Amino acid sequence: MVPLWMFLTAAAGLFAIGAYGVLSRRNAVAILMSVELMLNAVNINLVAFWRFQTPMDMSGQAFAAFVFVVAAAEAAVGLAIIISVYRGRRSVTVDDVDLLRW
Amino acid sequence: MTFGDLTYEAFAFGFFTILTLGGALGVVANRNLVRGAVWLIVSLFGVAGYFVLLSAPFLAAVQVLVYIGAIGILFTFAVMLTRSMTNLNERYNQQWWIAAVTSIALFGMLVLLVILPVFGEQETAVSDVVATTADLGVALVSGDAYVLPFEVASLLLTAAMIGAIVIAREEE
Repeated sequence: MVPLWMFLTAAAGLFAIGAYGVLSRRNAVAILMSVELMLNAVNINLVAFWRFQTPMDMSGQAFAAFVFVVAAAEAAVGLAIIISVYRGRRSVTVDDVDLLRW
Repeated sequence: MTFGDLTYEAFAFGFFTILTLGGALGVVANRNLVRGAVWLIVSLFGVAGYFVLLSAPFLAAVQVLVYIGAIGILFTFAVMLTRSMTNLNERYNQQWWIAAVTSIALFGMLVLLVILPVFGEQETAVSDVVATTADLGVALVSGDAYVLPFEVASLLLTAAMIGAIVIAREEE
């Protein structure tokens, strides 16, 4: 069996890459993709800790399944918002969407 | 973990790590968002492989169906509908180096505080007996486990579906 720390390191790397994408990209669709990467890193951690710590308990897999649900809802609503913004402004660059900026 | 006894599991882990992290780098670094969506699918497939290695076959199947099948196609549609790939001149904002420092610091902190304490833990602690997909199904609908979150999740999906339709609808 591959040890726990290797899964955790891979998940941490995935999370860090996703965080970089969220913080640095200008395109809103690319930001949403990076958010999906971060959610996947969380899921790897949940399932890895479930497998190594409490394999007879269903909590880890159940939480990962709920993360799936929330990620699907987030992607649908987020992309709908992006399409709506594109319709009004002809742009998906987050710098252009500054209506609420003071 | 001694690297003397490299099993097929270790090879599979390395392969899926390359898929996951390489795909993630492709998503973050690609100018063309259609290619970014394809890299996202590669990365999500690597995560599905991790779930197989962690003996969670149901989650691996759901990962392929929901993430690769549904969310990947959804992102491709969004890229095409918004012509996001025509905006090729600038990928990153002006704070990209602060973002790089932050994420490297985040990774270092995770390694230092979370991963080092479990480093070198004996693999013998892992039991071979694992709850199966049937157990997960029972837990999701049994009254003393997760039936309430399960129902709330279905409500959330319905609300998100209606909300997405309302937000993206053309105003007449």
